[in-house]
Amino acid sequence: MNKPIIRLFGVIVVLFALLIGWTSRWTVFDAKSLDNNPLNVRTLIDELKIKRGRIFADDGTVLARSVSAAGGTWGRTYPTSSLFSQPVGYSNLAAGSAAGLELYRGPELRGIQTGLSAIFGQVNGSQRVGDDVYTSLDPKAQEMARQELDGRAGSVVALDPQTGAVKVMYANPTYDDNRPDAPCSRPGCRFNRSTQASYPPGSTFKVVTATAAIDSGKYMPTSIVNGRSPVMISGVPLSNDNNQDFGPIDLTTALTYSVNTVWAQVGESLGRATMTRYMRRFGFYSKPPLDYPPNELNTSRPYSSTGRPYPPASPNEDIGRIAIGQGGLLVTPLQMAMVASAVANGGKLMEPRLTARVVDPDGRNVETIKPIVQSQVMKPSTAQAVAQMMKKVVDEGTGTPAQLGGIPFAGKTGTASIGVAGSDLTQPWFIGFAPIQNPKIAIAVTVEQTQGGFGGTVAAPIAKAVVQTLLSEGQ
Amino acid sequence: MSARNRELFGLIPASLLVTAGFAGVFIQRSNALSNVSLIYGAIFLGLCLAGHVFIRVTLPHADPYMFPLVALLASFGIVMVYRIDATLARQQAQWFVLGLVLFAVTIVAFRDYRKLERYRYTIVVVSLGLLLLPRLPGIGYQANGAYLGVRIPGLFVFQPTEFAKIGLVVFLASYLRDTRQVLVIGARRILGVTIPPIKHFGPVIVIWGIAMLILLVLHDIGSSLMFYGGLLAVLYVATGRVSFVVVGILAFAVGAWYLGAHIQHVNARVEAWLHPFDPKLYSAPLGSYQLANSIFAQAAGGMFGQGFGQAVLTLPNGGPLLPAPQTDMIYAVITDELGLFGAAAVLLTYLLFVARGFKTALLARDSFSTLMATGLTAVFALQVFVIVGGVTRVIPLTGVTLPFISYGGSSIVANFVLLALLLLVSDRARKPA
Repeated sequence: MNKPIIRLFGVIVVLFALLIGWTSRWTVFDAKSLDNNPLNVRTLIDELKIKRGRIFADDGTVLARSVSAAGGTWGRTYPTSSLFSQPVGYSNLAAGSAAGLELYRGPELRGIQTGLSAIFGQVNGSQRVGDDVYTSLDPKAQEMARQELDGRAGSVVALDPQTGAVKVMYANPTYDDNRPDAPCSRPGCRFNRSTQASYPPGSTFKVVTATAAIDSGKYMPTSIVNGRSPVMISGVPLSNDNNQDFGPIDLTTALTYSVNTVWAQVGESLGRATMTRYMRRFGFYSKPPLDYPPNELNTSRPYSSTGRPYPPASPNEDIGRIAIGQGGLLVTPLQMAMVASAVANGGKLMEPRLTARVVDPDGRNVETIKPIVQSQVMKPSTAQAVAQMMKKVVDEGTGTPAQLGGIPFAGKTGTASIGVAGSDLTQPWFIGFAPIQNPKIAIAVTVEQTQGGFGGTVAAPIAKAVVQTLLSEGQ
Repeated sequence: MSARNRELFGLIPASLLVTAGFAGVFIQRSNALSNVSLIYGAIFLGLCLAGHVFIRVTLPHADPYMFPLVALLASFGIVMVYRIDATLARQQAQWFVLGLVLFAVTIVAFRDYRKLERYRYTIVVVSLGLLLLPRLPGIGYQANGAYLGVRIPGLFVFQPTEFAKIGLVVFLASYLRDTRQVLVIGARRILGVTIPPIKHFGPVIVIWGIAMLILLVLHDIGSSLMFYGGLLAVLYVATGRVSFVVVGILAFAVGAWYLGAHIQHVNARVEAWLHPFDPKLYSAPLGSYQLANSIFAQAAGGMFGQGFGQAVLTLPNGGPLLPAPQTDMIYAVITDELGLFGAAAVLLTYLLFVARGFKTALLARDSFSTLMATGLTAVFALQVFVIVGGVTRVIPLTGVTLPFISYGGSSIVANFVLLALLLLVSDRARKPA
């Protein structure tokens, strides 16, 4: 009976080899796809057990923190709720969704484990606590933006032009990030208009045209252009507001009173190549390098009437009308704030940043986000010239409602016509910066839709209030 | 070195493991080494030592490796159970004591185990009765659709199949000792295959009937496979005829296929086995949730595991992520925490035990002893295969215990009786003439 016993043992060995084979299949060969199987909640539970770090405003206000939940897991609460929901976003692990800084700074908020801490963190099984994220957001100014928008759909973005730090990013409609799944009371509440909207910039874009005109050397602020109305632009007549004929005027005057026919002619004479070069330097044609999820950032650029983006310097685009913020040009408020910021900072555009620094649970600085130059848009002398032209706009032109009393304010208004022709629906804009010498704030304000409102009357007062709040804090 | 001294040294790995294991769980739990862990370890080692001394006195020639291997498995099991649920570990330790007592009783009562042969018909009737117990109204109970246990309210719960497997092996070994010659002689050869006369297919038909009965009555593929495989192994060793095995396997396959299609619970298990990641089955009652999470748990373990106490067993809301981690799923927990290497080490330990069991069968001097040792070892090995195979999706998942490691009184006690019988055979076989 010996041979059968040995054979039997052989069979058992084969069976056990099968077991080890299958175990290695799950543990090694298929492990990755199993970990990513949508039915597998282990990774999620691991994440839920991490105490995510907090998110702070620049004055120490807590914008997001973890609260303990059932079974050793953590939930998330946003004490400022709808005020900061757009920049901060939310993290809803159970639903597998996240947005804003909560998404972008996820690795830091979960706590990046490196080197020794990765090994010892696992051995002693201690609670994983993520790093805190400190932003440059300013709660008082943010609150002022909300107050001034007064429920109207629109956006306010304010940057520190010298560092790119985002001080204000507020848009209506908004939502309560404590309840990211709740239905919107107004449609599109989770759509961050500050970074995702596609708005016609109207005359605020003339700042870009003016920069291209002067920096390219083809024009000076004193160059004379005929401001008659109408003029033929791309074969179609273009007229000024009320068909007003300004006659030959210099560029400073043309900006002060936002003369469409002058800037359209300037745009045409500069040509697509020059205009496109300056637009690229200002950040058009690419997503702003903000520390924010890329799918929540929109690219500012001209679009054809069918909604397709024009390739840069496309021969089909109407560069004359683009030069005055029309012609299918669509922008985000963030992009227009970057335009103001570049002029403010001597032509040097800083990359916009929400995060100032990352601090670990023991209070050690893990990372300080250093200001980075995105591009040198123009010569400092050009920046100074354009700033002076923009100062005139506020001093005596269309932007007078933004006047800050003693503080010199440079700005540009915009009033984009929206809706069907003759409907009188407008989208008012204001971009600007202050103080002109050593600028602290660059701002873009827009209100999505008004019945015949102007940039100067609707948007400029909002900008004024927010800038005043920010400047008063600086002292 | 004498056999018993080798056995004593063999206990060293178990002692190290149990101490290190408890210490590990404690460090993980409270970041401090508690003296309770040392007490646990000491008591457990005391029990192992007592077992060793008892064997030294009563069975001086028995195989020196079996008991240390069991001690290793049991100590590993108690650490795993402790890590899952401390209360269960305390109960498990009590079952361990009872198991050792029954181990001693078996050795003393059946010093001459061959007198078991005299009671073979009593044994088979009792065994079959045990198998039917879970269907008795009032005391039988159902778990996940299979009838696996007997519950006497307020007293105890036990799984009669664990004991029935021993009884049936003893019966078959005894029966085949008498009839194995007949089964082979008088056979005709057709196309090179030995076909015994139809009347001698009796035993095959009987064990096939038992397996189908288990499937039909208990709705349990796992136990059925384990019994049938074990009994078929005895038949094969007794007759040396592969034809029995081939016919037997075919008959089982046909029967299992037919019943599998017609018993809803068995069918559900097969469906879950075939499509564990089907979202519909995953969320269905009696669906693939347990099996899918068993595989996810193993994937989480990887090559080296997440470490003792690191596996996630419950959902944040307190619900089970891995149902039955201390019994059916303990192998998945082991793989999750100790990885492929830890799991393979456990399987190799079982394989060493199985090798010693077959070695004992080879050394035995009479056919009853050989057949009994073969059967007990084969049933033991197949039990490991059935549960680990179920957990790793080699075969459909059914609830049998992982011997000496899973939580469960019946399993521990019955497997200690199995060990006692193997050691009895071994002692007689290795006694100098």
